[in-house]
Order: sequence, then C-alpha cells, then structure tokens
Amino acid sequence: MTETATRDGADAARPLTKKDFSSDQEVRWCPGCGDYAILANVQGVMPSLGIPRENLVFVSGIGCAARFPYYMETYGFHSIHGRAPAIATGISVTRPDLKVFVVTGDGDALSIGGNHLIHAMRRNANMTILLFNNQIYGLTKGQYSPTSELGKITKSTPMGSLDYPFNPVSVALGAEATFVARSIDNERQHLTDMLTRAANHEGTAFIEIYQNCNIFNDGAFDAVRKNRPQQIRLEHGRPIRFGAEDEFGVALKRTGELEIVDATRVAEDVLLVHDAHREDPGLAFMLSRLSHTPQGPTPIGLFRQVERPVYGTRLNAQLDDAVARRGAGDLATLLAGPDNWMVN
Amino acid sequence: MTTKTVQQRDTVTIRFAGDSGDGMQLTGNRFTTVSAVLGNDVATLPDFPAEIRAPAGSLPGVSGFQLHFADHDILTPGDAPDVLVAMNPAALKTNVDDLEPGATIIVNSDAFSAGNLRKARYDSNPLDDASLSSFNVVSVPLSTLTVGALEDTGLGKKEKERAKNMFALGLMSWMFSRPTEPTVEWMRAKFAAQPELAEANITALQAGFAFGETTELFAHSYEVAPAELPPGRYRQITGNTAIAYGLVAAAERSGLPMFLGGYPITPASDVLHELARLKHFGVRTFQAEDEIAGVGAALGAAFAGSLAATVTSGPGVALKTETIGLAVSVELPLLILNIQRGGPSTGLPTKTEQSDLLQAMYGRNGEAPVPIIAAATPGDCFYAAIEAARIAITYRTPVFVLSDGYLANGAEPWRVPDVDDLPDLSSAVQFATDPNDGDRFLPFRRDAATLARPWAIPGTPGLEHRIGGLEKADGTGNISYDPDNHHRMTELRAAKVARIAESIPPVEVDHVDGARLLVLGWGSTYGPIRAAVRRARLDGMPVAVAHLRHLNPFPSNLAEVLNGYDRVLVPEMNAGQLQKLLRAEFLVDVHGYHRVSGLPFTAAELIDAIAHELKGLS
Repeated sequence: MTETATRDGADAARPLTKKDFSSDQEVRWCPGCGDYAILANVQGVMPSLGIPRENLVFVSGIGCAARFPYYMETYGFHSIHGRAPAIATGISVTRPDLKVFVVTGDGDALSIGGNHLIHAMRRNANMTILLFNNQIYGLTKGQYSPTSELGKITKSTPMGSLDYPFNPVSVALGAEATFVARSIDNERQHLTDMLTRAANHEGTAFIEIYQNCNIFNDGAFDAVRKNRPQQIRLEHGRPIRFGAEDEFGVALKRTGELEIVDATRVAEDVLLVHDAHREDPGLAFMLSRLSHTPQGPTPIGLFRQVERPVYGTRLNAQLDDAVARRGAGDLATLLAGPDNWMVN
Repeated sequence: MTTKTVQQRDTVTIRFAGDSGDGMQLTGNRFTTVSAVLGNDVATLPDFPAEIRAPAGSLPGVSGFQLHFADHDILTPGDAPDVLVAMNPAALKTNVDDLEPGATIIVNSDAFSAGNLRKARYDSNPLDDASLSSFNVVSVPLSTLTVGALEDTGLGKKEKERAKNMFALGLMSWMFSRPTEPTVEWMRAKFAAQPELAEANITALQAGFAFGETTELFAHSYEVAPAELPPGRYRQITGNTAIAYGLVAAAERSGLPMFLGGYPITPASDVLHELARLKHFGVRTFQAEDEIAGVGAALGAAFAGSLAATVTSGPGVALKTETIGLAVSVELPLLILNIQRGGPSTGLPTKTEQSDLLQAMYGRNGEAPVPIIAAATPGDCFYAAIEAARIAITYRTPVFVLSDGYLANGAEPWRVPDVDDLPDLSSAVQFATDPNDGDRFLPFRRDAATLARPWAIPGTPGLEHRIGGLEKADGTGNISYDPDNHHRMTELRAAKVARIAESIPPVEVDHVDGARLLVLGWGSTYGPIRAAVRRARLDGMPVAVAHLRHLNPFPSNLAEVLNGYDRVLVPEMNAGQLQKLLRAEFLVDVHGYHRVSGLPFTAAELIDAIAHELKGLS
C-alpha cells in the first residue's frame, strides 16, 4: 500500500472522477455502516463541483464520522471533539479560495460541540456541515446521544435515558442557518442532490444525514429509511404531499400549526406549498416539528435556503475598506505613534 | 511666571486614587504622557478593581494609578508614593498604609462627608484627628473649586463636579512643573465632537494649575530634570499595545497574513482591541463564541497559512489546553499569548501574578512540549512576540508568550525600533510546494537542522494530505498505533523543542567581583529585581543578576551559570514555579522568594530577601 498522496501532474488536464477523491487509506468503519454509502456519495459529488482537489478541505472532530477526512484525497484535518466548526471558521475566513466541509456526528456536533455549531450557523461562515445522525455514540461503544429517543436503554442509561432529544434540523433553523436540509444515507439520488446544493451554497450549509449504525443502534431510521411512504419529500414550490399514492398532505391550521391531512379529501389549495426561500425560518421550523424523532411521517429535503452576507466575505471586505480609507498600514508609522519625542 | 521657589528632585512617585468613576486612570495616563515627553523616565502601575463601578465611595470601588518619574533610568513604578492624591475617604483609607512618614497627601476635603466616611468605615474624620500626623496633609476642596471655576459654563452641577480630576491634574502639574498645553491639545482632539465638554475640562485643568500657583497651601513646587536615555525616538507604550504591535511586525517581517482568534478576558482584551483597529495591515481578528473557538480558529488559520495567534489569560488557557495539544501533535505554528493574572480559577482578574508558568510548561495531556517566552518589561512584549513568532514559524510549533497584568497595563518610554532592524522571518516560512520523497509528499518528513515538518498549505496542488490528533507514522503522517513509532514520535517532538536552544542567546549574567549570590528572575519581575540589585550593590552587597526570557527550552549555558554561584535566589510572584523547574532540571538547590499579593514586587522587599540570602552565605 502506498501510504501518501502522490503528485498527479495530469490533474489540470483531465476531468476528475470519483476515484480521484478516494485516498489510499484503508476505510475502517464497521461492515454495514451507513458511513460507507455517504462516503461514496460525497466522493461521487466532488467532480461535479468543478473545484480543484487542492482547494477542498475536510475538517472533522472526533467520533466515527470524524474519520471521514482520512478517506478523501483532499486536504483534511481530523481535529478534536466538537471543535471542527471553529477550526473550519479559521480556515474559511483566512482563505476564501478554499471550499471547506465539516463532517460531524450527533454527539460531536450537538453535545460537546453544540456551541460552535450554532455560532457557525448564526455567523453564516462559509462551510458545508454534514451531520451524520445515528442517534448513538458509536466510537465509545454505544452510549445514548443528544438525539437518542427519550427512555433509550444503553450502557450508560440502564433504566432509560432522561434527556429530551434535539431535533438537529430544528436546532439549525433556530440558529437561523441559511441552508438547512435533511437526507438519508442510502437514498443515493436524494443525498447527491442535497450535497450538491449544499456545496454550492454561499454561507453555512447544514445537512442532517440519517445514518444507520448497525452495531449499536441498528434500524433507528427504518420507519423512514425503509418506508418511503413515510418520507415527506420537500420540494420548493410544490404542495407538500406524501404517502404511497400521495394520499397525505400537510396543511397550515388556523392556529398556526401544521397538520397532516388526507389529501384525497381536501381541496388542493388547502395543502401547504413549500417555500424554501422564505426569509422567516418559522414555517420551515414548523415543518421540522412534524416529527421530533423519525418515527412517523418525516420531512426530508431542503427546508430552507436564503441568501445572507457571508461572514468571511464581510470580514475580508472590512480589510479592503480599511485600506481604502486609511491607506495600507505602515509599520514604522504605527510603531512611532502619534505622541513621540526625540532624545539626543 | 511662578513666584514660588522650585526645588529639584531626582525621582518622584505619585499615586492618584479615587472612585472607579473619578477618572483616575485617565488622570494618571495624562500625567505620565506629559512626563515622558518632558524626557523623564517613567514607569506606571494602574491598579483598579474588577468591578466596573462598585458603589460610589466604597472601599472596593477605589481605583488607583501610580507613576514613578525620574531624571535617571528607573525600573519600577516606585515602592512608596511621595504624594498621594485621594479623591475621597475610601481612597485615603485603602492607600495610606503604603505611604512612608513625611509623604504628602492631597485630599478632596469636599468628599469627606459623614456618608462617605461611613462608607469608608471611618469612625471619625481622619482630617480632624491625629491619625495622619506623620504626613503632610493638604486639604483642598477640589469639588467646590472645580464647580466654581466652571460657574460660567452651561453644564449642570454633576457635570461640573466630574471635571475635578482635571483640577487635580492641573494642581499636580503645577506642583511638578509639567506644562498643561499637551493635555489641552489632547482634550480638544479627544472631545472634538463635544467642544463645550473639552473646554470645561481645560478650564478645570488650568484652574487647578493656577490654584497651586496662588494658594498659600504650597510653599514651593518641584522639578524633575530629563533622564539620560539612549538617543532615539521614544514613545510611551503599554505591554498589551506592544505585544499587539509585535504580532503585526512579525507578520510583516515574515510576509504572512496575521490572524488573531480571541475571546474577551481581563487583562488580555486590549490586545484584541488593538489588533481589531489594524485591519489596514491585513490583520484579521475574530471574536469567537468562546476561548476554545478562539484558539480553534487560530489553529485552522495556521493550517491554511496565516501567522495565527490567540490571546487570553490563565482561565482561558485552561480552556484552550486541548487545542494547544492538537497543535503540538499536528506541528503547526501557533502563538498563545497568556496575559497572566491572579489565580486559581477566576482569581484576581485585574491583578498581576506569574503563576501560569507550570500551566504553560505542563498543562496538557500526554508528552506535549511547548516553547515558552516571557516578556520582561512593557516594551519588551513587542520583542517577545516577534521572538515567539520566529520560533513558531521556524520549528512549526505552538509557542507560549507569557506577559502579565502589570506589563499589560503598565507603561514605559519605549525607544521606537527601526523596522529594518527587526528580525527577517521570511526565510523561515518556506511553504512546501513540491513532493519531498520522489513523487510522493511526506507531510511528517523533517528538516534535518530544525526537525520541523513541511508546512504544506491547502491550495497547493499535489500535496493533498491529512493531519490530525491521532498518532502519526514518522514521515508519512498516516495514523499509526505502532508502539515503537509512538515512542519515536514522542522523542522527535521533544527533540525538536529542545533543539530551539541552539538558536537562542546564552543567558547573560551581570556579575560583580565577589558575588556569590545570583538573583535570577523571569518575566515582569525584571524591573523590581534590577532595582533591588542596584540598590543592594550601593549598600555594599555584591550580587550577580540574570534574567530568563526563554523558559522552554532554557538557554544552553544555564547549568553553567547556576553552578557558578554558591547560592541562587529566584524571586517569583508565585509559589516557586521556576524554582521547581530549575531544581528538577539542574539538581541545584535554588532558593525562592515568593509573594502573590496581586501587585508587583517592591525593590525594598527584594533587598531584604537578598540580604537574607547573603546572611545565610556568610
């Protein structure tokens, strides 16, 4: 096995393929892990982005998902638990020419790293955050996570967990992220579509990916993953329908809440038309509340995408603005300061 | 023209003390600036409470500013004030114990009301009883005089009274023959948007000056001649400004863009503030959501090719610990500026201490050596930052810079360096651009001289690679759990830091004939130690003195120096941290002098400590 990257002088000449994004490292997730499908999907999306390989950076924290960068033939930084959004912020604001991805899990992003996650999203720093949600701690062998369902029995909660779980999409919308989507590890086309849109978004793009941990939490998403009629596929500009024959729909009640209705028995205009580009995140938030955990009908797709100034762009614009107003800094003038005197 | 006589003094220490809202820091700073411009050598000690505004008139609310100015080079802000200006009873009470008999106390007699006396816990008015009889007490109704002087302005009574600090400054300016013009100009510039406020303050300042001239309370004024300083252009500078400028200079001299990730914390925030104003130098500052994100973003910026730093104080370093360990593991340049304060925990946020040395040295999991530089004076913070950048860039390692609250806020005249004389760091940068093993790139293949690994920044075609906190295989950088590799990498990381000693100057000893005692210091104790040694020698005590700037690794001649004396005394504002390191490293029975009062050492207490050690030797 050759263990490191080799220089490929032909990069510029020929179009890149999925294979160009596979590093020579042996992938060490458990057989059957949902991460394999996500890795293959991400590698497959990369060539279509048209970004030179050297300008891609994958940053991760700690956990099973966090091994991801090692398997990508790009620049990568496997950092510390929960802190990937902070490290990615430093990369993205100093190097706007780079495309930065953060790969994280439910424990990494929402437990130890919750603070960094919400602040990256509120700032709208330029990064694409892929949150692999398997509702369990995998690398530490099976403790409940901040997305585990209430009453979850694990080694650390033998009588059932007492924490009310986070809904990651609700968290992201609460932080007013400018791009919020949800997909599923083995829904190949849907995931490709979400990844592509997220990667092309300016600002923080957040995707929750339901990812099966077949060792510690097998089947956590089967109610949605294997049961397509339970997937409420959000599509911008379309009435929200779902079910085997689109027999259900989502409607806005007069009280302001959403409800699931029998689409065969209501008028077409009763159904809510999904608007992913509403400035106010309120309606998208309510969509995320249709299922707190993925047991019943659960929306997947793009909840929200709006334009807002990007943190790094504005930070760098301030530097240009300062030079325009004050001229490029002169070190000798700075050091001498306005109040100085000569000693002879 | 003055009609009173003028007496010459070679050195004067003044302390302004009042309520947190009385403007004592501003008053002290103005007096300092004017004194420095007059050519005096100056050292200052601002001393203020952590509370922004404790209740008016209360003891915890007292804010002080001490300055020492002289006609010769001085090293400390002065042991005991010659003059105390006390704006209220609380200020008198909290400061009077620091005065020597014969000192002058100028009080604002208007503030000695029954209510203020009660708040200061005085049973009787100290101006009326004999408790201050050993001092020269001058009662001046500062508030009344200020309000009177501003009678014709349109200001309200409260606003008029608020200018009393300027009246006090005017009075002290007369007493020590300082011109008022520089402050008048400064006022007009500072309050350009509120000219009536500027004029009121100027009127109060000039009224205070005239009062000194005409009142019969003072028989004479004083003059302190300019000091003989090495020729050059000078300015006043605080440690926090100097450290910020040092980072900007290091960025310019290395050709790297500067990035600072930080989170507000006393007494380090001013470094963030200073740098935030320097965007026209290409400086990027990032006020993060917490200390961890501040250093995390800095490490990300370092990975991407910036000269990256984070600035904080002890509790912040505690939070950044894990990321600093990651920086050790991934071997990227990163500056960690610790403006130390009293600890443990929240401790004394506005007071000084040097008790984070062992935290810098050992405060990480695993074997994680980090080089440490400590600044000696406010102006030296500039050079400490540049030296830290040199080491970080050259050796691809995180580096600690230790300053402290005293250096951070204290000011001194600083000879402005010529930019071309500053170290050229550009050759140390050397971003990797090509494979280094045939057509392969090995991100952990080391430079033979420095043991540094390549700095291959994202955006470089063909050098795509992955780094992380897991142990890496020597050379390839791939994850490795191999036992021998881990041992070898641990040794390599240690050897790289140890090798820095080859690039740092030997410790210089200021020796005198017959000296058997070496006083060895580090950090901000430089001034008090030098002042104490100077006076001890005048008193006939032969003492050698040396100062450590590099705490890890130590200069290579240190063992020889320590073994050259019968006794080594290390004064520290901690419980003996350098002392422990020296004992462990060199098996020398180093003695210590330790005090953690939140204030810098006085020269007097160090002379006593020196005398005590000398007695033990005889």
